[in-house]
Amino acid sequence: MATTKLLLANAHLPGIKSYEVYRKNGGYTSVEKTLNQIKDPNSIVEEVKVSGLRGRGGAGFPTGMKWSFIDKRSGKPRYLVVNADESEPGTFKDRYLMEFLPHLMLEGIIVSSYALEAHVCYIYIRGEYRWIHDIVEQAIKEAYAAGWLGKNILGSGFSLDCYVQTGAGAYICGEETALIESLEGNRGNPRIKPPFPAISGVWGNPTVVNNVETIAAVVPIINMGGAEYAKIGVGKSTGTKLISACGNINKPGVYEIAMGITCDEFVYSDEYCGGIKNNKEFKACVPGGSSVPILPKELFFKTASGSDRLMTYESLAEGGFTTGSSLGSGGFIVYDEEQCIVRNTWNFARFYHHESCGQCSPCREGTGWMKKILHSLEHGKGKIEDIDLLWDIQRKIEGNTICPLGDAAAWPVAAAIRHFRHEFEYHVTHAHKVFDADHVYQPLGV
Amino acid sequence: MLKVVEQRLTLTDSQLAYIDELKTHYPHGKQKSALLPVLNFVQELNQNWLSTPVMDQVAELLNIKPIEVYEVATFYSMYNLKPVGKYLLEVCRTGPCMIVGSDTIIEYIKQKLQIEEGETTADGMFTLKCVECLGACGYAPMMQVGHHYHEHLTKEKIDTLLMDFRIKATSLN
Repeated sequence: MATTKLLLANAHLPGIKSYEVYRKNGGYTSVEKTLNQIKDPNSIVEEVKVSGLRGRGGAGFPTGMKWSFIDKRSGKPRYLVVNADESEPGTFKDRYLMEFLPHLMLEGIIVSSYALEAHVCYIYIRGEYRWIHDIVEQAIKEAYAAGWLGKNILGSGFSLDCYVQTGAGAYICGEETALIESLEGNRGNPRIKPPFPAISGVWGNPTVVNNVETIAAVVPIINMGGAEYAKIGVGKSTGTKLISACGNINKPGVYEIAMGITCDEFVYSDEYCGGIKNNKEFKACVPGGSSVPILPKELFFKTASGSDRLMTYESLAEGGFTTGSSLGSGGFIVYDEEQCIVRNTWNFARFYHHESCGQCSPCREGTGWMKKILHSLEHGKGKIEDIDLLWDIQRKIEGNTICPLGDAAAWPVAAAIRHFRHEFEYHVTHAHKVFDADHVYQPLGV
Repeated sequence: MLKVVEQRLTLTDSQLAYIDELKTHYPHGKQKSALLPVLNFVQELNQNWLSTPVMDQVAELLNIKPIEVYEVATFYSMYNLKPVGKYLLEVCRTGPCMIVGSDTIIEYIKQKLQIEEGETTADGMFTLKCVECLGACGYAPMMQVGHHYHEHLTKEKIDTLLMDFRIKATSLN
């Protein structure tokens, strides 16, 4: 399949970070088209609906529909918030976009704000991405100087201010209502929904929160038209998707794929992952960030029904969570034959326990219990009934919390037991083998 | 040795102006929104940690209650509530880093600096902190030091980096 690059086509041009070079290479034309030709904000929303664009942060919710929910009638100020709190393990695509193409994000912000009739946009960047913060601030300065931000853009009467907001280390702030809390200067505790941010978001005002990549994708959609964009991809997975590939592969990195290529091509083609490192065997893959179910080789390349598994929302999800997974954020983690699934599951459980905001008991307590049980199993101190106990705990977390972090913690544990139960059992029956005798077992402090 | 100074900061006019500028990013009366950016800013001015007097000072600057600052400072992982070494080594240990060797890197640093996780070297130079995913999974193993990400870490690279930090620290003195 020919390479289709809508976002990263110019990413390697020298100096593309700067306004001058970006503009010379066709930058900001979607803003001109929006303000001079299309003019009607609702037509932009329609165009995005037609494109079939789905949220690129992980949930995959149709962007045009999300935009159409924003309350334009109450007369309250509306806000666009760009979610650049990229923290899902395996995901590093937004960082890449902002680092190399900050003006692409800004261009998308201007068009999206116009569609939403919002006059202020905040870009919430995770605190650790400190150098990205500087790059984006520089791009904002350039955009103001060139008249793309500020008052009366291109004489259209439309004004927009754009600010960078920094986080300070909290995975939970990737959840949109936690992000809003954080933006208001609070702990990142997710809010109970409804009301959804489209009605009551930042300071109680109508707000749309979109991922960086989603906002960037608005640019090609406006330039080429929603219908043309929708021709790329398969079914309801339209357009291109950034995949950040990592783990035991030859070529880790960020790739833009036209949705619909096979998982096999993505893993083994030299254009993408380039196969498994050190000529080892492929064992498993977490295709959409740590929260989505891990799939063993036999269910990853082919679905349970025997068809080729494709890099699309639908194909990766085929079979539900029993035999499928999810495209998620595009955080693509590949495991070779030597990786221990129990150890990896313990690692993820520790992550979710660390990142739980503590509001909901099932998540606050459950993630800690899972972490401790997995720690015992991994370190040769587990019992066979612990595996069922783990299963029981994850089921009691899923669906019982305010935000999806609970689900995100439960799913990797469930999938690991579902597909690799034998490895958990082996850790119990062969504890002396998997357990490093030189290492003194230390029960985890509470 | 680690010198612990637990007092308010003396902010220069330009530093105060920066904080005032941050407050203009939000509607009138919503200056609490500047809390995270301001804490990030003052932490760097205060040898990379937040003492109670500094947090109280931030509360005054933003006209909010001290408890509102403590709530936030204790929630986010980038805020250091006790003194740290001149160079805070934050090594990622989450899944994608682990499967390509972050455990080995962490062990190597512990052994080389003779400290455990969360501890600071006797000369106050380095603190080791193990952190969760920093979004560098494709360039793992990695660690963050200050504003910078150091990626594709190996034992040799750690040797060079630590030596460079020591040289930099001595030349700054």
